[in-house]
Amino acid sequence: MTHTEKRILTNKIVMVLSTLSAAIGIAFLLWILSVLVINGIEAINWNIFIYEGAPPGYEQSGLKHALIGQLLLVGIATLIGVPLGIFGGTYLSEYGGLKSRLANVIRDVSDIMMSAPSIVIGSFVYAIFVAPMGNFSGWAGIIALTIIMVPVILRTTDDMLQLVPSTLREAAFALGAPKYKVILQVVIRGAKTGILTGVLLGVARVSGETAPLLFTSFNDNFLNTDLSQPIASLTVTMFNYATSPYEDWQKLGWAAAFILSMFILGLNILGRLILIKRKRK
Amino acid sequence: MNRFLDRFFHLSTLSIALLTLLVTGAIFGVLLDEAKPAMDALGLSFLIDTKWAPNLEKFGALPAIVGSILSTALAMFIAVPLAIGVSIFLSEISPQIFKTPVGVSIELLAAIPSVVYGMWGLFYFVPIIRDLFGGLGIGLLTAGIVLAIMILPFMAAVTRDAMNTTPDILKESAYALGGTKWDVVKDVVIPYAKAGIIGAAILALGRAIGETMAVTFVMGNVHKIPSLITDPATSIPVALANEFTEADGALYFSSLFYLALVLFVISFVIIAFAKYAFLNRGKRAVS
Repeated sequence: MTHTEKRILTNKIVMVLSTLSAAIGIAFLLWILSVLVINGIEAINWNIFIYEGAPPGYEQSGLKHALIGQLLLVGIATLIGVPLGIFGGTYLSEYGGLKSRLANVIRDVSDIMMSAPSIVIGSFVYAIFVAPMGNFSGWAGIIALTIIMVPVILRTTDDMLQLVPSTLREAAFALGAPKYKVILQVVIRGAKTGILTGVLLGVARVSGETAPLLFTSFNDNFLNTDLSQPIASLTVTMFNYATSPYEDWQKLGWAAAFILSMFILGLNILGRLILIKRKRK
Repeated sequence: MNRFLDRFFHLSTLSIALLTLLVTGAIFGVLLDEAKPAMDALGLSFLIDTKWAPNLEKFGALPAIVGSILSTALAMFIAVPLAIGVSIFLSEISPQIFKTPVGVSIELLAAIPSVVYGMWGLFYFVPIIRDLFGGLGIGLLTAGIVLAIMILPFMAAVTRDAMNTTPDILKESAYALGGTKWDVVKDVVIPYAKAGIIGAAILALGRAIGETMAVTFVMGNVHKIPSLITDPATSIPVALANEFTEADGALYFSSLFYLALVLFVISFVIIAFAKYAFLNRGKRAVS
């Protein structure tokens, strides 16, 4: 075999191997997706939105409690986390800049916090909030989710504000506007689609979190809107139902998984579409 | 008035930004504080003691630490070659019409909550392992594979992005010299994207070691160093998820916080190392 033939053969082998590994990887992912969709669609019906949790075997059991609990937890965490993330990111980009040492330390720490194990954040909130208060509560879950959400929004806001051309800022300064007005009315406005993408990604990120809720908001099999009490979430409900031995509960678990995944995928797709639209402009 | 508002705005955004540092510091401080009783009682032998028996007030973290390391190592062993294969396929081999749909679906799969991967593992993958290897089907091997599948989309997406940064002109020059695709990948693309690929692998490692939900379903939470790869085992996050709400007794609680602290420090170090050593500080990608 000549040297050239050897190279061509090696090339073919490697091409086959990497196509194969791509096929294996994609097959597994399609498998998970199809399991999710098939089980989800089979398990979904109107009862899920009408009824609360019930003992296994009951016809009239649903996920209303978990859906409402999830909306409350994620919704309030978003209301708190979004302004914190946006204003923190504003500081990094507008007052700190790329050369400020403080801003860079905050950037690095938020990058690390974005990948920190979420169960550790759950145990932290347990120690500072659940243990002193004496019981699991919706607020504890909200605090945990907010801690996870803020770094995501903070870093995207920071990146997006830096993309705003400095000539825009200079033009506004030249008109005599004070800095806070320049930031609020020119810079943030100019970056608003980018910031919105960050917010969507941050919300999507916390919506799927289970581990930090296990020992903060805990769970409740019935509808509860009192945030000082334990409250159900789709993720923890999914975990409890899926690990139960009852077939109808497992089915509800798949329904919860399907609803939640579609919601998160929807947020991700929306974020992507907004970015594409902005690029076209 | 404007000057006052300016100062006010500056200071309030500054204090919000500082909050991030404060919370991170507080997590360290609080975990350390809560773990203190266990640290005083058990010291560093906590980390090498193999017996975890809450009823006897004996707490040794080695099985959980070993379980974390083994399951993560297994996951990386499976996921790294697959992710690199997927990214070579996406950036060099795949016909143009596949690139976007396959690429986008991989990115979307990275967004699916890990608890769903865990459910899939429990209902569909555990029976397969049980039929193939006997036993319960729950254990180290299953946990490693489920973890690998969970980190695959994330790692493949970041690796592909790193490979795609190779300038076309470099690749074209190599092709013009008569290089095969593999020559180009091996001698141009991989060297160019090396830092990004290693960084992606280490970030994936950080995710895998702290992952709770994907493995809690399928690992078994048995505090014993597994002698077979198919044996049930436990890892730090699995032990925390299973035992936190059940713990009674101050030492038990404190030991769990000690575990959480160990996990936090390990993943903090891994992620910081990946950021500083391999990922370009100038081009900060949202990960």
